Amino acid sequence: MPFSKSEVLQGTLDLLVLKTLDSMGPMHGFGIALRIQQVSEDLLQLNQGTLYPALQRLEQRGWIASKWGVSENNRKAKYYSLTRAGRRQLVEEAESWDRMAAMINRVLRTT
Amino acid sequence: MRELLRTFVQRLAALFRRQQLEDDLDEELHSHLEMAVELNVRKGMSASDARHEALRSFGGVEQTKEMCRDQRGLPMIETAWQDLRFGFRILRRSPGFSLLVILCLTLGIGANAAVFSWIEGVLFRPYPAVVHQEQLFALTGTALGEADLTSWPDLLDLQTSCTLVDSFIVTKIMRTALSIGDRAEVTTGSIVSANYFDAIGVHPILGRGFETSEDSGRNAHPVTVISYQLWEERFKGDPQIVGKMQRLNGVMHTIVGVAPEGFYGTFVGWAMQFWVPASMEENFEAGGYKLEDRGARWIEAYVRLKPGVTLSQAQQEISAVAKRLENEYPATNRGRGITLWPLWQTPFNNARTLLPTLEIMLAVVVFVLLIACANVGNLLLVRSFARRHEMTIRLAIGAGRGRLLKQLFTEGLILSAFGAAGGLLVAQWCRHALVLLFPARGGVTMHLPGEIDWRVLALSAAVCLFTTLLLGLVPAMQTGKIDLAGALKSDSAGVVGGGGRAWVRSGLVVVQVSLSFVLLVGAGLLLQSLQKIRNSSPGFSTHGVLFTVVDLRSGGYDAPGAQSFQEELLERVKAKPGVESAVFARMTPLSYGSFSETPIAVDGYQPPPEERPTVQYNEVGPDYCATMGIPLVSGREFTRADDERAALVAVVNETMAAQYWRGKSPIGERVLVKGRWMQVVGVAKDSKYQSVREAPKPFFYVPRRQNFSIDGGLYVRTPLSPDTIATALRREVHALDPDLALYEVIPLQEQLDRSTSPQNVAVILVGVLGGLALLLTVIGLYGVMSYTVSQSRRELGLRMALGAGASKLLRLVLSRGLALTAGGVLLGGAAALGLTRLLGNLLYNVSPRDPLAFGSALVVMTVAALAACFLPAWRATRTDPARDLRD
Repeated sequence: MPFSKSEVLQGTLDLLVLKTLDSMGPMHGFGIALRIQQVSEDLLQLNQGTLYPALQRLEQRGWIASKWGVSENNRKAKYYSLTRAGRRQLVEEAESWDRMAAMINRVLRTT
Repeated sequence: MRELLRTFVQRLAALFRRQQLEDDLDEELHSHLEMAVELNVRKGMSASDARHEALRSFGGVEQTKEMCRDQRGLPMIETAWQDLRFGFRILRRSPGFSLLVILCLTLGIGANAAVFSWIEGVLFRPYPAVVHQEQLFALTGTALGEADLTSWPDLLDLQTSCTLVDSFIVTKIMRTALSIGDRAEVTTGSIVSANYFDAIGVHPILGRGFETSEDSGRNAHPVTVISYQLWEERFKGDPQIVGKMQRLNGVMHTIVGVAPEGFYGTFVGWAMQFWVPASMEENFEAGGYKLEDRGARWIEAYVRLKPGVTLSQAQQEISAVAKRLENEYPATNRGRGITLWPLWQTPFNNARTLLPTLEIMLAVVVFVLLIACANVGNLLLVRSFARRHEMTIRLAIGAGRGRLLKQLFTEGLILSAFGAAGGLLVAQWCRHALVLLFPARGGVTMHLPGEIDWRVLALSAAVCLFTTLLLGLVPAMQTGKIDLAGALKSDSAGVVGGGGRAWVRSGLVVVQVSLSFVLLVGAGLLLQSLQKIRNSSPGFSTHGVLFTVVDLRSGGYDAPGAQSFQEELLERVKAKPGVESAVFARMTPLSYGSFSETPIAVDGYQPPPEERPTVQYNEVGPDYCATMGIPLVSGREFTRADDERAALVAVVNETMAAQYWRGKSPIGERVLVKGRWMQVVGVAKDSKYQSVREAPKPFFYVPRRQNFSIDGGLYVRTPLSPDTIATALRREVHALDPDLALYEVIPLQEQLDRSTSPQNVAVILVGVLGGLALLLTVIGLYGVMSYTVSQSRRELGLRMALGAGASKLLRLVLSRGLALTAGGVLLGGAAALGLTRLLGNLLYNVSPRDPLAFGSALVVMTVAALAACFLPAWRATRTDPARDLRD
């Protein structure tokens, strides 16, 4: 096994969060979790809790920023948004993901 | 990379706003769950199902929080902080234990730090005000492999030929009486080359240093730079001092500068008070004008190498030049080389005399540290037994062993950090202690400060860490052995009669005993050498002869004036009741100065081709041998008749007679001295000339009147006390010349003692530290024995109940203590047999395996061990079987 499960998950989760914030604009944690579940059509069964360490990590790296705000149901919630560095990071990671996927595809086809 | 740094900074910042972040996280997760519940309710679930479902899809709330916390701060720092606080709490809870441990460590680390600071201040960075000392090296001539001084022309040649050397720095220590106002005092100063201040990077705070032209011209530049201390104390910090005149050795000098505070010159051991340029050499040195004499070796030199040049590169270049000089000037330079030395090996100052002592001290303080550590280790062991319960519980509730170890090491670190801080305080107090061990000499300032700089601090920190590891190790070993299953089993008591689990503690005590035994043997050997040195006859009387100097040179006397003054003074002194005889001689035996030296030729003696016989001699007055108590073997000594008009004569010593006349009597034979033939009229017994430890060497005497020099000491044979003579002498001197200064009047024994002060210092230092080691060991032994007794109360009670009497119990405990001691002594004895050789030339006429030293160390150790064991043993006899068996 070349990667441990958590490693794959962590990298993937980061990318998904960045992509979600990119396409949806500022969102709170619960929203992000719902959105990821919807988009992946429930294929990705993640514990919603694992999202929070990921959000914290991304914020520490300066790729997302957070701000307290009020939700559509008038509930206090923390909203996350993509920073400029985060956008750059998303482009980079998406590209490397594409390259990786293309390579794996090639390998799978040729055999 | 930037992200990593950013992450780190964020994590670090998180440490300081932990509460706020914690609240934030709570609120965020709470709001997440509420939203999830709301959504589920809207989907049609019941309130409780909705909450249940929300929690399920979230996963563990507490786990999430914990993951966030781990990632948010710096867990390592946080646990370290926890350990630290916990450690402090634990140590505060048993203050007696903590203080005892810290005290032991303070002594151990303090001894180390003090010796480090001395080594730094005396050997490695001796001149704090001098820039780039790492490029500074001492330079000496060599003759037959021995370090010798150098001559001015040789140095000039080196200066023009060497490309790797930035500057050659000439220094020569000298003494003069300095009269300012109505006070006269002996002062040390230096003759230096004009480049001195520039080359060492010291800039006078007032006026200037010397100018290049001031190197040349015989007595042409009477200028001087004075020390800050002299300026402050004797000139009251006069801001207008530059340009004022001061008489130095009889010549008026213009003060051209004041050296900065904290600059004491470049001679380990003495603080220089003034500096004069090389052109003034003749005024301060005996033996005439030497700047044009290649054979006159008088200079103590330093070189500053160019940046990047190594010692061996520079040495190669200098050796090549020395070789060339040998060929060009065979008369003065044949067989002579020139050598560079690292500052710590400088042959011409106290670095050399203290080097062997400090080397030994380094080993000794490591011993003391180990002994202190063993003591602390023992204390920790006792405590780790007491803390077994705590450790077991912490293991049981899930602490990892690694975490426990970290905690134990943290406690060790706290203790040793306190020890190190205390140790540095000790070192700070001891900074000036070294100089106190040297006997005072007539008002001259000795200066041997320790230096506490970053290197000493770093070494002390290393010692502290090393100690921590040792300290942590002991309880760690113990923790490793804790098994949870045995948690509730009570400790089985230790057994006096048997080893059992206490072997670690006993082992530590054995090590302590052996280490202090080695130190005791070392101290014994050094003490014996010192006694041998003190008791060995220097070949002249040390009692009943007093010595002083009347400083005619600084009084402005010329040779004829000095001669008639000395004759007159001698007459007056001899006329005093109680004075048996009195005489002037140029050089004092066993003093720092150097004897005159000459190549000789002897009728009928054909030296081997490589040998150029060179012999030292002293210029002495009539009745010198009688006054000094040097026996004559044959012939006569000088009388008043051996004056300028009489035939030239000499008295040789036995070794010289044996070496150059081979068994025939030299009396009536001739010897060529500095181009003049002299007739040998007497043979004197050998005595010691420059050092008590020197081997017998050829030496001779010439009459003072036939070889006059102004300098000279006055020797008086009398049963009177120095004080009585001093008063009488001062009166007579002042009667002859009210302006003259009289140096201190001392017995020759005092002169002898001063010359053996390095041995003295070694004995005192090793003695003090050996005593300290012994004390620590006794405490250790006492601790182990009393612990063993207290743990064995039940067994002792049982023995007593079965009929063992008090004396039997006493013997039992004492014999156990003595068994430990015996083990240590055996181990230490074996180690000492190998180690005492390292004392090397600090030993004098004592074998490193001297039985007396080993025997007395054994006696001291045994007595100390008995003393340490007696109290616990006595307590054992007070066992109350009824109570102890019931408990």
